[in-house]
Amino acid sequence: MKIEDKKSFDEMTDKEYKYGFVTDIESDSLPPGLNEEIVRAISKRKNEPEWLMEFRLKAYRHWLTLEEPKWAKVEFPPVDYQALSYYSAPKQKIDAPKSLDEVDPELLATYEKLGIPLGEQEVLAGVATVAVDAVFDSVSVATTFKKNLEEMGIIFGSFSEAVENHPELVKKYLGTVVPYKDNYYATLNSAVFSDGSFCYIPKGVKCPMELSTYFRINAANTGQFERTLLIADEDAKVSYLEGCTAPQRDENQLHAAVVELVAHENAQIKYSTVQNWYPGDKDGKGGIYNFVTKRGHCRGDNSKISWTQVETGSAITWKYPSCILKGDNSVGEFYSVAVTNNMQQADTGTKMIHVGKNTKSTIISKGISAGQAQNSYRGLVRIQPTAENARNFSQCDSMLIGDQCGAHTFPYIEVNNPSAQVEHEATTTKIGEDQIFYCNQRGLDTEEAVSMIVNGFCKEVFRELPMEFAVEAQKLLGISLEGSVG
Amino acid sequence: MPLLEIKDLHASVADKPIIKGLNLTINPGEVHAIMGPNGAGKSTLSNVLAGNEAYEKTSGQILLDGVDVDDMAPHERACAGMFLAFQYPVEIPGISNMYFLKAAVNAVREAQGKDQLDAMDFLDLVEDKKKMVKIRGDLLERAVNSGFSGGEKKRNEIFQMSMLEPKLCILDETDSGLDIDALRIVSDGVNALRSADRGFLVITHYQRLLDYIVPDFVHVLVDGQIVKSGDKDLALELESGGYASWVAE
Repeated sequence: MKIEDKKSFDEMTDKEYKYGFVTDIESDSLPPGLNEEIVRAISKRKNEPEWLMEFRLKAYRHWLTLEEPKWAKVEFPPVDYQALSYYSAPKQKIDAPKSLDEVDPELLATYEKLGIPLGEQEVLAGVATVAVDAVFDSVSVATTFKKNLEEMGIIFGSFSEAVENHPELVKKYLGTVVPYKDNYYATLNSAVFSDGSFCYIPKGVKCPMELSTYFRINAANTGQFERTLLIADEDAKVSYLEGCTAPQRDENQLHAAVVELVAHENAQIKYSTVQNWYPGDKDGKGGIYNFVTKRGHCRGDNSKISWTQVETGSAITWKYPSCILKGDNSVGEFYSVAVTNNMQQADTGTKMIHVGKNTKSTIISKGISAGQAQNSYRGLVRIQPTAENARNFSQCDSMLIGDQCGAHTFPYIEVNNPSAQVEHEATTTKIGEDQIFYCNQRGLDTEEAVSMIVNGFCKEVFRELPMEFAVEAQKLLGISLEGSVG
Repeated sequence: MPLLEIKDLHASVADKPIIKGLNLTINPGEVHAIMGPNGAGKSTLSNVLAGNEAYEKTSGQILLDGVDVDDMAPHERACAGMFLAFQYPVEIPGISNMYFLKAAVNAVREAQGKDQLDAMDFLDLVEDKKKMVKIRGDLLERAVNSGFSGGEKKRNEIFQMSMLEPKLCILDETDSGLDIDALRIVSDGVNALRSADRGFLVITHYQRLLDYIVPDFVHVLVDGQIVKSGDKDLALELESGGYASWVAE
């Protein structure tokens, strides 16, 4: 009986990554390598204005002076940046699709496989409540619901379209939250980003539906460098979700995105991520390097930015969605579930920078490690001298499954104003075989038991997710941990 | 057909033989008590029956309702109607007792080809069974066994047993750590579950429990074997004479 159990667990571990297919689609790629000519070529392909090309070039020149950061608790062989291709776009019959009918059917079939409601019939039926912008490799493919949103003055679509149609907005905000000199990967992104999503919610508008972007890397040896810029003007409110998948490939693929959020006075932004990039196989071969810079700026008084992330994929995750709480009474939140199994590594957390008076931040981080994975929480809470009566509450919980994985917590707290209140709590728990057996004895199979225990552990975070995605996130967690208890 | 048949059972823990040729038959409606000194193999027996992988069955046969349980995983044995009230119920933080029980009840119902209970039906069932073991409502809202006292944990076990309506109930030293009031409440709960088609295996170190749960048969387990069987009077004999004479043999 023991032997059979072992076998069935192995089978489950070997279960293939569901999204690991490759779409056979012709793509227009630049040759591998990175130099000024490539940067110019990217800009040219996208018919960008001069100032944007200059932004890229400044970033590229600065990038040459930088070294990869080494402080994260992750290990990987050096990335050969000259071997990567920095631009890959699905070839279209015509320059830009005007409607879904003109999008390559193969591409639409891909999204169908991914379960994205891209079809406009859902809009007509009035059942869908999510607007989706899909980014395939580096180029934004189609945006549903655009008309509905336009009527409210909401701009939501690909970054390239925004550059073309609203250059003044892009120019005003680009790089104001994550400057091109910010860090190695953000600087690289600033030089070579090829597309991404742009969103502007005008004054006083409460966006009536979830806005969603779906990212997918398809082409081999391609880096994906998307750029997301989201602005909520005064009294605006928006909830935004991004999801990601990639084909299963033996080589590692680099994903270095930048997300910038700006919340003006009384504005609220809720930004949720369900990250399911290919994590590599169980021996650690392949998988995405997810090196992402995400930052939100609570620019106006009483503004609020809330990050919720469910990270189950990627070979390596390096990301710290952060909030700069500049406006008085502004609020920053970070809710995170990071799951690592097999050989995955995650070094993730947040930064809460309190600048304004009466600013508040909450950090709830749940790290789950299984297999031989390493999972680190790294977070900074900084109270600036100007931040009278700032408050922070942090809770970092780790859960270990098995005895070969690791969980680490690196909290950094800098308080420069005596009126501040900062609390930090941390726990580490282990799913025990006795807990599993107890559940088994009540009729629940092992997968169900693990999923139940893990979901219980994560529920404070899941309840922050938009409802449609909370269920998906729970399922994803179950899949990620399949076979982790043996 | 017997509810449980154990034939020449041998079992080891970490390669050390603990159960050494045990035979036992429990028919529907019967309550069997197994008594024995520390180290006799009482908890090993309950764990082997329930399929705990830390305990290895080396030979012999266990038939539940005539079906060999060898090929059944622990959750399948549970779904087939075997329930183990643990000596040390584990805590599972983050999952409410109610949520846990609903999942368990529905998993068992599904395996038995019954309809799933919806929230309303489930709550009705809870209200019904709650009184039986006098369990406080707030315990049901709390995480499974988390922060429960020893007595509350045991009561929760009996409550779960009543909710899952098993065919075979194994009570592993349910009396340990209970004061006299808690013992009475737990015993009342067990007695209320006694029925013509349900069998009980009550494992205990002390005779005291058997004053409340009166068994049909008493077996003495020493060094992995049943050395004597009798009716409830055997328990009293043991109480006065102790296990010493058996252990010496």
